[in-house]
Amino acid sequence: MPTIYIDDKSYDVPEGDNVLEACLSAGIDLPYFCWHPEMGSIGACRQCALVQFRDADDEHGRVVMGCMTPVSEGARFSMNGMKASEFRKNIVESLMLNHPHDCPVCAEGGECHLQDMTVMVGHRNRRYRGKKNTHNNQYLGPLINHEMNRCISCYRCTRFYNDYAGGTDLSAQGAHDHVYFGRQQDGNLESEFAGNLVEVCPTGVFTDKPLVNDYTRKWDLQSAPSICTGCALGCNTSPGERYGKLKRIHNRFNNEVNGYFLCDRGRYGGAYVNDENRAKFAGLRADDGRYNAIESQLATDTLAGWCVNTDRIAAIGSPRASIETNYLLRRVVGGKNFNSGIGDHEASLVKQISSIMQIDSVNTPSLRQVESADAVLVLGEDVTNTAPRLALSLRQSVRNLAKKMASDMRIAHWQDEAVRVLAQDCLSPLYIISMAESRLDDVAKRSITMSATDIARFGFAIAAELDSSLDSIAGFEPAHTQLIKSIASDLSSANRPLIVSGTGCQDQAVIKAAAAINRALNNSNGMLSYCLNEANTLGASLMQDGSEASLKELCERASKGQIDTLLIAENDLFRRAPHQQIETLFNNINNLVVLDCIDTETLAQSALALPSSSFAESEGTLVSSEARAQRFYPVYQPAEQRQSSWRWLTQLGQSIGLESFEKFTEFDNVTASCADDFAVLAGIVEASLHGDYRYRGMKIARQTHRNSGRTAMRANISVHEPQQAIDNDTPLSYSMEGVNGKQSSALTPFVWAPGWNSNQSVHKFQAETGGALKGGTPGKRLFESSSASSAESDRDKIPVVEIPGPFEAQQGHWRLLPLYRIFGSDELSARSPAINELTAAAFVEISVDDAETLELLDGDGVLLSLPDTKVCFEVIINPSIANGCLGYSVGLPGAPWIAPRSSVTIKKNHAWSNTNRDNKPAKIVIEPGVSNV
Amino acid sequence: MISKLPLTQNINAARDPVNLETYEANHGYQAARKAVLEMSPADCLQVVQDSGLRGRGGAGFPTGMKWSFVPMNTDAQGNHVSDGHKYLICNADEMEPGTFKDRLLMECDPHQLIEGMILSAWTIQADVAYIFIRHEYHLASKLLQEAIDACYAKGYLGKNIFASGFNLELYVHSSAGRYICGEETALISSLEGKRANPRAKPPFPQISGLWGRPTIVNNVETLCNITHIIRNGADWYKTLGIGQDHGTKLFGVSGRVKNPGCWELPMGTTIRELIEQHAGGMQDGYKLRGFLPGGASTDFLVEEHLDLAMDYDVIGKAGSRLGTGTMIILDDKTCPVGMTKNLVEFFAQESCGFCTPCRDGLPWSAQVLDDIESGNGIPADLNTLQNQVRFIGAIGNTHCALAPGAMEPLASAMKYFADDFKAHIDGKACPYSTESKAALASAGVN
Repeated sequence: MPTIYIDDKSYDVPEGDNVLEACLSAGIDLPYFCWHPEMGSIGACRQCALVQFRDADDEHGRVVMGCMTPVSEGARFSMNGMKASEFRKNIVESLMLNHPHDCPVCAEGGECHLQDMTVMVGHRNRRYRGKKNTHNNQYLGPLINHEMNRCISCYRCTRFYNDYAGGTDLSAQGAHDHVYFGRQQDGNLESEFAGNLVEVCPTGVFTDKPLVNDYTRKWDLQSAPSICTGCALGCNTSPGERYGKLKRIHNRFNNEVNGYFLCDRGRYGGAYVNDENRAKFAGLRADDGRYNAIESQLATDTLAGWCVNTDRIAAIGSPRASIETNYLLRRVVGGKNFNSGIGDHEASLVKQISSIMQIDSVNTPSLRQVESADAVLVLGEDVTNTAPRLALSLRQSVRNLAKKMASDMRIAHWQDEAVRVLAQDCLSPLYIISMAESRLDDVAKRSITMSATDIARFGFAIAAELDSSLDSIAGFEPAHTQLIKSIASDLSSANRPLIVSGTGCQDQAVIKAAAAINRALNNSNGMLSYCLNEANTLGASLMQDGSEASLKELCERASKGQIDTLLIAENDLFRRAPHQQIETLFNNINNLVVLDCIDTETLAQSALALPSSSFAESEGTLVSSEARAQRFYPVYQPAEQRQSSWRWLTQLGQSIGLESFEKFTEFDNVTASCADDFAVLAGIVEASLHGDYRYRGMKIARQTHRNSGRTAMRANISVHEPQQAIDNDTPLSYSMEGVNGKQSSALTPFVWAPGWNSNQSVHKFQAETGGALKGGTPGKRLFESSSASSAESDRDKIPVVEIPGPFEAQQGHWRLLPLYRIFGSDELSARSPAINELTAAAFVEISVDDAETLELLDGDGVLLSLPDTKVCFEVIINPSIANGCLGYSVGLPGAPWIAPRSSVTIKKNHAWSNTNRDNKPAKIVIEPGVSNV
Repeated sequence: MISKLPLTQNINAARDPVNLETYEANHGYQAARKAVLEMSPADCLQVVQDSGLRGRGGAGFPTGMKWSFVPMNTDAQGNHVSDGHKYLICNADEMEPGTFKDRLLMECDPHQLIEGMILSAWTIQADVAYIFIRHEYHLASKLLQEAIDACYAKGYLGKNIFASGFNLELYVHSSAGRYICGEETALISSLEGKRANPRAKPPFPQISGLWGRPTIVNNVETLCNITHIIRNGADWYKTLGIGQDHGTKLFGVSGRVKNPGCWELPMGTTIRELIEQHAGGMQDGYKLRGFLPGGASTDFLVEEHLDLAMDYDVIGKAGSRLGTGTMIILDDKTCPVGMTKNLVEFFAQESCGFCTPCRDGLPWSAQVLDDIESGNGIPADLNTLQNQVRFIGAIGNTHCALAPGAMEPLASAMKYFADDFKAHIDGKACPYSTESKAALASAGVN
């Protein structure tokens, strides 16, 4: 560790850091703009200037930029000296020449890095007398607001958008003091990661549009640590609330998971919790089919009455509900009457994946580890659309070659531009074998598309190429044979090869092929990552002991009249199985009870509807696709009768006198009980600090110490301020009183530090700038690979599989390929207005040849004949779809559930026109005294 | 007899540009042929280093030393082994206000430059070379391309040149027209098709330049000198200068002199000789107030400096820079504040917009100067300008040398013409404006 001197004080600093990082790590407030811990240095803003002296005798020194100067043993700097501080003051004064004085009406105000830095350097008096430059603003879509006049030209936006995230439609335009950061013309920003501009921009140029339209200052937001429910990656988030509405979601730094960035599905996908159509009251269906709002106690009593005969009840959990909710539901009905709610086919895929993940030699990487991969094969998964944040990590992994080249030339990794210049388009190998073109193709060494069956076959062929003891697979065209060899060669020569697959193909063979390649590589640093669909898919799947019923079995039992009462928690079964099957199931049930935080078609069929609270209003544990158990906390108190599903179920259990439910009034006890019952989930008790955690006797404040209007918030209703709500289940308080900053950083509702009001304050919560949080990384990984176990010894544990024959197009029949979309395929986020605006209508994609055969053009309609129905879709001609296959959008509004791997007949629908779509999801409204359909 | 003024020896205003035939008749391409066939790259480098040649683009960095940082991979026998492309770039983006020397060389004797590039490419073992030429230089661009085509036809460029096994592809690239492209790393960014932003150094282009490969960028005049240095040797070259520096230089004078123009003269020629003898002295009715010795981004010098030699270090010691060696004269009827304002506005306009002091500091300085010039200045403005000079004016404070260059005329104008600045502020008007108008009227200009 080199020692450097700043204003004659010595600091031991990490080797290889630049001086700015070192200063921030040492707790020295050196102002900066363009540097970003994840994106490195370019030296544009000149804000982090210090004076460097040649030696102890040098009295003059020269101005250097902290971010561009490597630490070196004995280096001497002045930060507070006149020369350095005047220089930094001049920089801010220059940046402010054209900056509007619109802080009071700027959405960044109160969490603006430019404000913080201006105060920090002490610039107050304006000398410039000229006119300010003004710019036109652009419409950038429903997510981002653009206000170019506020720009200080730090170049962070284009560096993130283009260099880091691979976007192409945002650029720096013009020159001198007229540099303009925008698109060529108005339009939606194309990148799936555009929302990060809100946090990357140090001032108010790019702001969160839904927040701007329903605005609350950061200091008035109530926040809590949360986990994104948009996909299975478990990105850490910090949602903010005011007036009972979720106002925005910010990134919550987690060194091993999402780092500094979220995808747009995650950032903007939470607003569904504000939906006016969410039930606030328990509803009991009357004979006329309408719901009557009833008291919570009556609802629980009614439900308890229906659950008396435990032999004749069943329950269906959900991969989007917490571990605790699933656990309690299962406890109420018993394992044999319980179904995880994942859907039978997907459940079998997830089970396969979780058993592979639990093999000792299999190393499931965190997103941070993904970024360290030096060769990647994506087998069958459209990562950008199923696990979007992973795509951003893969985009970083291909830069490892550049970093190595730079290191060989002794160019520091944080010298961002120098590293990019040196490497140009040299990338670590990324191969993508998928069903359709992907958004990572631009950084792939090769990407090819084929049917799901052929993807599996291709995967096995790579495994056979790597492991001569496996039977080789013949029948590939010469180009593919060559590609198989190249992939095998790149993977086997890599230090940290990574195979990415998942449930995206809905194909067992693809999952097994990925495992087979990982095994054939026999590299203890090798990594295998599977993408799953929902926030708790893995958790729900792990909570099984083999006694559980499949959905099909439950349907059969119901058809035999064996089930009186069916409880469904946070699940819309119409998204899990054919419509007809679920309709029949519901018809065979006397008492359908549905708990949910959204208004679904399943809820609309219930006899008793219980309003549960969303992720933003409840606590729970989720197990991410890397088997990391993480806790989310209530951000605010649920309205009216809404309460967490786990509370409804605890009350039910207590009502019917189930064993140990009396202690489940405390949330931690539920978690602990689940951990006791399922050995594989033992780690979930360590997912988070427990409810009794205090910092010096204090709880952690959800509200900022400046929460200005809290006493006035309800003054229009009553001048009597209500007592602050008590939170017995978590270490957080619904108050501005308590600690913020000194507690374990794993429990950070929002980031703030004295002088650092913006999210740049996150470094104050890190043990070392850009590194892990103080107090450790939140969450607990349930499985870790064991170095003692080699792939060889685990050979038997890898599933054996019959290698599928090559796919052959069938005349008149099309093999369905599931295609996911970041905006729309996820049930919850698709209900957020901003995401909904970006969601396409349900579609099918067909190859050019097949389109020609069927005389189809882009935008035509086709009728798909499914077993129980015919559905019309819009056609998109996609040259990357294999002949004989038909890609179909999964989960988009208006599309029914379609059985995986099925073949369909299609024909052109001449009656189709683009206007006859009905995208509207099922709706029920329950209000007290009002009944509605 | 070898010419004492080698760069312009073939140039005659009465003749057409030198074609390949004529060029070869005057010993053209003999040096290139000799070098690639008989001299090793190391030999060539030694000659250039011995010659003491300093870069003619303005910075005056020793050319041989610049080249010596290019990594040379050799095998056990000392033969060069290629591990990828290396690039030679001729910086012909001549946009310094008042500078028109490279244009003369390219329009009149393009083969001299091409031969210099072959020799330079051989020395650093570059296999691809570019002439990055100012957009407005249409004629030079056309003539260079014709000359290059002629060379390709004779096997002097392309594969296996002079049957030596050495390959060199040479391209002319017309710039889209930004002053900042004269900065070598901005030029490289531009050539890569990116924004013409300079790059942080280190790493230097010799290590990671065009497309991340070792790259040398030299000025047109520098490369033309190489032709003669290799042809006649370092010792001969050293005899050409009459001061501290070696060789000859194209010097120019513009402004209100009797005979503005561009001449090849020995390094170390005095400023007085340049202005009074070659430029014919000041026009009648005008007196010399000062001059920018080496282009718009150099400090003003004044009458007391007239007897200084035009050598890099001599001019440097006097507080300015030799720069491109093309002088702009300030006369006594032109407002120094107005001239400075004009210069600072130019640099503000040409900032790439990357770093704060340049992007925002230059327009601020220009605005203050505009206020002063238009009679709206206040005494505190002089402090603001001094502050700007300190803030922007030091290399290292900014991302590249553009803004410090812009501060040179401002800093020196405030030093030598302080009374003029004060008079503007005290009198709330430009004292030159009426006089200027009267002068123009008497000269018959509307």
